[in-house]
Amino acid sequence: MTLLIRSQARRTAPPTQRRKRLSSHAIMGPVMAAPALILLAVFLAIPFLGAIAMSFYRLQLNSTRAPRFIGLEQYSRLFTDPDISAAFLHSLGNNFTFAAVVVPVQTALALGLALLVNGKLRGMAVFRTMFFMPLVFPLALVAVVWRLIFARDDHGLLNSAISLFTGGSVGPHDWLGSSATAMGAIIVMSIWQSVSFQMIILLGGLQAVPHDLYEAASLDRAGRWSQFLHVTVPGIRNTLIFVALLTTVFSFRLFDQVYLLGQSGSVDIESTQTMMYQVITTGYDQNNIGQGAAMAVVFLVIVTIVAVIQRRLVRQEGSIR
Amino acid sequence: MTRVRSIKRSRLLSRTGRYALLVFFGLIFFVPVYYLLVGSLRPGDKVLGGLSALVPSDLSLDNYAGVFNRFSNDTTGYVWQFAGVSLAVTAIVVLGGLLVNSLAGYALARMKWRGRNIVLLLVTIMTIIPFEAVALPLYYMLSGQRNTLYVQALPFLANAFSIFLFYTYFLSIPVEVEEAATIDGAGPVRTLFQVVAPMSLPAYATVAILTFLGQWGQYLWPVLMITDTKLRPLPLELSVFQNAQPPEWGPVLAFGVLFVLPVLVVFLIFQRSFVASVASSGVKG
Repeated sequence: MTLLIRSQARRTAPPTQRRKRLSSHAIMGPVMAAPALILLAVFLAIPFLGAIAMSFYRLQLNSTRAPRFIGLEQYSRLFTDPDISAAFLHSLGNNFTFAAVVVPVQTALALGLALLVNGKLRGMAVFRTMFFMPLVFPLALVAVVWRLIFARDDHGLLNSAISLFTGGSVGPHDWLGSSATAMGAIIVMSIWQSVSFQMIILLGGLQAVPHDLYEAASLDRAGRWSQFLHVTVPGIRNTLIFVALLTTVFSFRLFDQVYLLGQSGSVDIESTQTMMYQVITTGYDQNNIGQGAAMAVVFLVIVTIVAVIQRRLVRQEGSIR
Repeated sequence: MTRVRSIKRSRLLSRTGRYALLVFFGLIFFVPVYYLLVGSLRPGDKVLGGLSALVPSDLSLDNYAGVFNRFSNDTTGYVWQFAGVSLAVTAIVVLGGLLVNSLAGYALARMKWRGRNIVLLLVTIMTIIPFEAVALPLYYMLSGQRNTLYVQALPFLANAFSIFLFYTYFLSIPVEVEEAATIDGAGPVRTLFQVVAPMSLPAYATVAILTFLGQWGQYLWPVLMITDTKLRPLPLELSVFQNAQPPEWGPVLAFGVLFVLPVLVVFLIFQRSFVASVASSGVKG
């Protein structure tokens, strides 16, 4: 009530007061936004432009040689110089493989899990807690734990479990060390850690589907699958698209697990290296900043394309909830 | 009544089927967590013992003592030093981030100033750029600041996505409340922190939780910037420690538990708002 009276008072406030408020906005607005904007400029916008500039130079840290402008050479090397292009194209391919598996699998799994925990069952709180737990695990720790689970010969948890269930007929396998399964192992640990993130977002989507739609469907004697396909899926379509694209961007950022395991030599690096892995090993470990920057720019172009597609789809479909 | 029954029946799976799946996935999610906990409490040679690694026998805190003994001088660093660095950096990023990002979000949502629309557009564009893309050039530009505490925190204080989250949340608050405060003579900063912020606790909680999770596990940036043992955060030290020769799996797992346990406890206490936060991060668009 008092609010109402006050807001009416506000409307009849003398023009001088309003002008004063506006002029205080004109000054205080930029002042309040300034700390964040300056930080964003220094730590995001300038290094972003810097990456583009650096990619045109032969550049090393702590080197006596002056930076040398070499134009687009480092970009063409990414695709033509066998020393660099072999690993880079491999990494690019690995990123796409990772995304091609993780995006559909993780999205579908997240949806399945969301449906599973969406509803009342005795003990559901305990299951939900179990499902959400991996989310708080830092990726470095995820890599260490799963490195042990995937350990080769029969000391590894997974090998030992497989041997038990197959009665010893399937021998132990070096999951991380063999090129056939290393990427699969990275995929498993990544999904384990982050699927609950997508699951929670989808759970929010599921709970926003109006309940009377289900009632109407069941009055129409729609079967379970038919309800799922004609009520649930359309109801969370936007959320599903959002989750899939979010997962795509995450896929391209893959780095921590691979780098950490690569450092200890416990993973087959050729089949698991990613673009970010190349950026860091080239730019940091080999001190070839310019070449690494060129890779970072390619990385950024790909991520941007995904993000723009994401925004387009979202805008077409209206707001996402 | 019949309606209720038909809705119940319309589930995709029977109750038993659902329980079976819940237990199956519950195990998949929980076994690695359990493996970590139990492994940290048993002798190190039991960690790689196949399925018997899951048997909770010979439990002791020896591995934890081992961790503290191993990290007991200036060359090795100290456990509390790593934890202190992680805590300090995370606290600076979370608290500082809440401050600068909510200030910017408020200025964009509620105040009229020249250039506001352009800034809003730029912030939206910057939500696309992942930190990974600028890590290498930033490392080159800040190479003089390597091995400092503040360089670990500064790049993560301002966050375009957090600004955006605050911005959209503030827009949803009825403007009359603030106008009342303005009439009472409060400036915009006071209005934000005394009137708007208390009404926006879900937004602050969301930003705090998401920032905390990202920062506590931050690995890439310290890899580039920190070589000094004294300034290593937990993830970096863990990656060095897991590589020790010969391997010390017992203490490594104990170190891992010390790393994740505080977060796990906080998560268990605040699970509800935690889940709400993650869910609302999906409203981004």
